[in-house]
Amino acid sequence: MLQKAFYIVIRIAVLFLLGLNVRRKELLPVKGPAIIVANHNSHLDTMVLMALMPLSRLKDIKPVAAADYFFSSPAKAWLSEHVLGIIPVERRRKDGHDRSKDPLQGCYDALGDGKVLILFPEGSRGEPEQMTDLKKGVSYLAERFPQAPVVPVFTHGLGKALPRGSFLLVPFFCDIFVGEPMTWEGNRIQFMSALQDRFAALSKEKTFAPWE
Amino acid sequence: MNLQLQTLHWALIGIWGLLAVASVIVYAISRRSRKNMSELVERTRSWWVMVAIFTVSFLVSNTLSIIVFALISFLALKEYFSMIPTRRADRRVLFWAYLAIPVQYFWVYDSYYGMFAVFIPVYMFLFLPFASLLTQQTEGFLKAVGTLNWGLMLCVFSISHAAFLLILPPTAENSAGGPGLLLFLIFLTQFNDVAQYTWGKLLGRHKIVPGVSPNKTWEGFLGGVATTFVLALLTAPLVTPFDMAHAALAGLLIPIAGFIGDVTVSALKRDLGVKDTGSLIPGHGGILDRIDSLTYTAPLFFHFTRYFYY
Repeated sequence: MLQKAFYIVIRIAVLFLLGLNVRRKELLPVKGPAIIVANHNSHLDTMVLMALMPLSRLKDIKPVAAADYFFSSPAKAWLSEHVLGIIPVERRRKDGHDRSKDPLQGCYDALGDGKVLILFPEGSRGEPEQMTDLKKGVSYLAERFPQAPVVPVFTHGLGKALPRGSFLLVPFFCDIFVGEPMTWEGNRIQFMSALQDRFAALSKEKTFAPWE
Repeated sequence: MNLQLQTLHWALIGIWGLLAVASVIVYAISRRSRKNMSELVERTRSWWVMVAIFTVSFLVSNTLSIIVFALISFLALKEYFSMIPTRRADRRVLFWAYLAIPVQYFWVYDSYYGMFAVFIPVYMFLFLPFASLLTQQTEGFLKAVGTLNWGLMLCVFSISHAAFLLILPPTAENSAGGPGLLLFLIFLTQFNDVAQYTWGKLLGRHKIVPGVSPNKTWEGFLGGVATTFVLALLTAPLVTPFDMAHAALAGLLIPIAGFIGDVTVSALKRDLGVKDTGSLIPGHGGILDRIDSLTYTAPLFFHFTRYFYY
């Protein structure tokens, strides 16, 4: 209920302030188990992807985010869990951390429940509008759930509108390019390089205005 | 008062009728033609939506119409900023430029002509470079300030002149007042776009500015000017205070200025290597693709009217 209300507001703000140019929206999975994999430039990324989903499906769509950031205080944790629907992942293991628990366990459980995960395998927003290497976590999920399609989504412009470290939202039209779904073929290195290639191809679909 | 409403209502009904006739023609062509006409059909469908939005805001109130024009300026400026190269350091400057939109349209709402006429070309013109230098990045400074100012003039200052027509009062010769003038401007500007396109498709042979816009022809341009000219003479007595000589002048000013506005935005797109300014209006492209002519006709027609009649 709270989540729906929140995303209705977000949806209006996203459509009015930003404006989205979505290509191949029909390829976005609305039924799980499925994994949406996107590049990460801004806090807006999750908001925009959630805003593209039908409201009735929101409760089954789970962004995966860093536990150290989104669950750092009780208030943040409550918001992250109940409004944003985030699944926390421990980014780095400090010494002495309990290694018996797989950091991806929450993701396995959610996929087992038939949820749609939203994953940002760059691991961090980093420098806006620049892609970095992808972390391999997604391949473990795909291996465990080979029937779940992995859908790459390339976004451009969100890092211009709200880059890391800024609180001032400056309106820009944003591009959202959805790619064809991939499935696990049995080889981790192959899977990751295929995913990287998909992103490279999606990012070349349009010549973006320079932004230095 | 009664009479004013009736004239404007009839004018609107005429526009809807024209659109209906055009839609039937498009439907007939798309049924008969073997070529893929989906873009033309999409474009016609978008016209219905645009005419509906315009009609509703026009009938509800002047204030709503002013807000709609402010939104058009916002969308156009956002499209412009999204397609040109910008500097990350200028994020704040872009934000100030966006803020100029509500301020500029407030002067319209407030009928404050003196401020309306100078706010962007004087105050924003002086303020934006100052805001930009605060970033302490001089590399690309000239280009940034130049492009931001041009966008603000084109998308906000120019378009706001259409809205200012709205608040011009009725006169003895023209009971329809400002709304009549606005209807005249918008209808002829948009009709001229379609007329130039149609004549060009039918008869176009001799290219007019091949370096900028290879699809524009002399036949399209002259056919459009002639059609719009005749239509201006026919409709001016209904909704404007113009006598025949002024109606004829306006009938030339709008199609010629509209053509220049169109090719100006074409030059911009060609420089940036994009086909459309956006994808907001199915079949048309972006909002700047739709209002490119208006960026020239609105201020010129406004000052033409103001000089002779207000």
